[in-house]
Amino acid sequence: MTNWIDIAALDDIPPQGARLIRTRTGCVAVFRTHDDRVFALDDRCPHKGGPLSEGIVAGHTITCPLHNWVFDLNTGIAQGADDGSVATYPARVENGRVLVGSEIIARRHAA
Amino acid sequence: MKKKLVVIGAGMASGRMLEQLFEADPGAYDVTLFNGEPRGNYNRLMLSPVLSGEKTYDDIVTHDAAWYEANGVDCRFGEPVVRIDRENRIVHSNHSSAEYDALVIATGSAPFIIPVVGKELPGVVTYRDLEDTNAMIDAGVAGKDAVVIGGGLLGLEAAAGMAARGASVTVIHLMGHLMERQLDPAAGYLLQRDLEKRGITVHCKGATKAIMGHGKAEAVLLEDGTVYPADLVCMAVGIRPETRIAVDAHLEVERGITVDDALRTSDPHIFALGECVEHRQQLFGLVAPLYDQAKVLARTLLGEEAAFQPVKTATKLKVTGCDLFSAGDFAEGEGREDIVFRDPGRGIYKRLVLQDDRIIGVVMYGDTADGNWFYGLMKDGTDISEMRDTLIFGPAYQGGAAPDPMAAVAALPPEAEICGCNGVCKGTIVQAVQGGATTLDAVRATTKASGSCGTCTGLVQQVMAFTLGSDVAETPQGMCKCTDHTHEDVRRLIRTMDLKSIPAVMQELGWKTVGGCHSCRPALNFYLLTEWPLEYRDDRQSRFVNERNHANIQKDGTYSVVPRMWGGVTTPAELRAIADAADRYNVPMVKVTGGQRIDLLGVRKEDLPDMWADLNAAGLVSGHAYSKGLRTVKTCVGKEFCRFGTQDSTGLGIRLEKLLWGSWTPHKVKLGVSGCPRNCAEATCKDVGIVCVDSGYQISVSGAAGMEVKETEALVTVPTEDEAVEWTAAFIQLYRENARYLDRAWKWTAKVGLDWVKEHLSDAENRRALNERFELSQSVYRRDPWAEHAKPGARDEFSPLADFRLEAAE
Repeated sequence: MTNWIDIAALDDIPPQGARLIRTRTGCVAVFRTHDDRVFALDDRCPHKGGPLSEGIVAGHTITCPLHNWVFDLNTGIAQGADDGSVATYPARVENGRVLVGSEIIARRHAA
Repeated sequence: MKKKLVVIGAGMASGRMLEQLFEADPGAYDVTLFNGEPRGNYNRLMLSPVLSGEKTYDDIVTHDAAWYEANGVDCRFGEPVVRIDRENRIVHSNHSSAEYDALVIATGSAPFIIPVVGKELPGVVTYRDLEDTNAMIDAGVAGKDAVVIGGGLLGLEAAAGMAARGASVTVIHLMGHLMERQLDPAAGYLLQRDLEKRGITVHCKGATKAIMGHGKAEAVLLEDGTVYPADLVCMAVGIRPETRIAVDAHLEVERGITVDDALRTSDPHIFALGECVEHRQQLFGLVAPLYDQAKVLARTLLGEEAAFQPVKTATKLKVTGCDLFSAGDFAEGEGREDIVFRDPGRGIYKRLVLQDDRIIGVVMYGDTADGNWFYGLMKDGTDISEMRDTLIFGPAYQGGAAPDPMAAVAALPPEAEICGCNGVCKGTIVQAVQGGATTLDAVRATTKASGSCGTCTGLVQQVMAFTLGSDVAETPQGMCKCTDHTHEDVRRLIRTMDLKSIPAVMQELGWKTVGGCHSCRPALNFYLLTEWPLEYRDDRQSRFVNERNHANIQKDGTYSVVPRMWGGVTTPAELRAIADAADRYNVPMVKVTGGQRIDLLGVRKEDLPDMWADLNAAGLVSGHAYSKGLRTVKTCVGKEFCRFGTQDSTGLGIRLEKLLWGSWTPHKVKLGVSGCPRNCAEATCKDVGIVCVDSGYQISVSGAAGMEVKETEALVTVPTEDEAVEWTAAFIQLYRENARYLDRAWKWTAKVGLDWVKEHLSDAENRRALNERFELSQSVYRRDPWAEHAKPGARDEFSPLADFRLEAAE
């Protein structure tokens, strides 16, 4: 059972952009896609640690800004020839508010 | 003795149910029919032609007085039911009452009114029944401003109807595209374009804040501050089941009146159907399932076994000229595949969503002739793997020989139009190919096919391949995996088709992905801002991280900050400000760059706006050390101080930098100005290098000192500084307008040839025009991005959304 935390208004995240949530074990990036859905993923590319929140959001993918690895926002899995994945967390939009699962607070590395 | 049936509501569902009932057993029931509206059943789907004036009320009546009389129905029209007495089985209206053995509730739905200030003002209407329709007609909308809130099926029909009566109509829609429940973004876009063509303004992502006016509606205010004048406001944001009478009677009601498969409510003597019911957590708004319910309920009432099974339904929009068809589920998802056909020139779009070799969704726009065929395949769950290759072309291309990707093209008659823009038919192309035009360019040159909008290029190539047999025609390299169009094609089409936004480019040119990719988006952003400097708004989210954050990202996620030093010249005050900023923000490294300025490395993102504000206060602006744009103009000291200097090279460098800064270019641009041929500014390996000599200024271009090292090539020698500046700006603008995104100047001139560049620039008139266009663009872009992002209110995106570091971990 997911406990949801209201963190912000949807409009606080630019369309096709991202904002960060700080936690004790690193940052989680909250992405907003063209269709106003939100996705929460670790803000760390498994390749060289690039900040995914600074990548380009296209469809339901994010491209790491450092070396162009592309990840599916739904699954966190690297696309194409690259091999790796990023942890994802529950996130959703309700009445214009962004809600994330409370496990983000308690998350561990490599969760 | 006949049993007594009472029906509440004379809508389309109960009308159909009565028809079925009388047909099966005319003698089974005595029927009493209550209706709040002072009339019987008419075809509500046809209200929009009534609104637009194409039909009258009489045209859309389905059951007239004679029909009710012939079937012995006791009609109590204009009598809303106020109470159901379940104990004694009596229905009371405001005037009369009636006993029942069986009661059918068919109260339909009520329009949803959004709770905003001003919703009760005169001039605010809904769009559900003939009264609403007549209210809009009677308001005499011709020449007036009308606002429709809601871009769904009903809202758009209302909008089109009022526009047809001469109103100036604006549609405000909360979601990102029109009819989002029935259409995907691509079809929604085509629909919006068609509506805009007929003068309807469409404002998507618009949230209504208030309806303003004194004593009557005058304007609609949106959350984003936009105001639309409105003499008439039509709310069409949705409907909710009309359940009040059932709630009052303590029947089981969720969102709608709950019914079982036999359409029985929680009271065995009471039944319900239509838009007021909820069946297995589902509500119903389209007519097809309501007719199915009518059939089932008629049988239930006659004591037969019958069960209602909802099926996938299809939607059509009843706006003349906007042909759309939508059915099933068309969301993207795991294991789903698309077959898409686009002909944007003719406004045609077809998309089939497949799962496990079966159609699960259909969206069509522009040409919906095959809609019902696809719908049938979907409903029947037909395995389409055998005809997949030609499926999208419809039933005319199925069967017979084994599916062949060329079959559709081969099957086209010679007079079939291939290129809509230039009216070129298949036969003409075949003739051209047989006459020796074996490349796409040659076909374009001889027939003009695919020469305008270019969207039929693929089809032209198929015709060529089909004509040539095995001699496959060349395929030009697309920009990226999202499109087969080349960079050059896209630029040309942006211009000729007047495309002014990234979504417009993607829709009109048939992008194969949703939202493009990291490769095409920055390129499109650049092409659009170069083509339409005044109209296009830079899309920050389509930029690489460095350009989005106006700083260079480092391997650890920190940034480097480089203030501009015009011509490499600074002052003690600027140096103090830089030193102070380095101290205040704990900058781990301060380094002198190769471009004669100072780099502050290792700055945290959230410190950027503060640091920029501090540097701004000392008069320092962004050095654009991160941009595909003007970087630096490197200079030597020139004749002011140097004993060899022939001209004021420092002054010219500063002048050029002040002219060019802030401009976006296909790739980075670096300049050098040396005061004499000793070339201390290393001008001859820059994108533009100027070497001053006694007689004037030697301008050379297209040098490189990166992965490639290349000396500049002489462009021209001019006698005056003004001319040197004019030539330089003209060269930069020519590069901006013609080079492929991410081609450095040397790469571009290698492609077009320096002679081509010289030819364009040697014409004085052309040079002047290039300078004018550059200046027009600079009127927008010659400004400090740091100052804009350091403003309070513009800083949010640089800070985290939430900080849970202090929250206790469970």
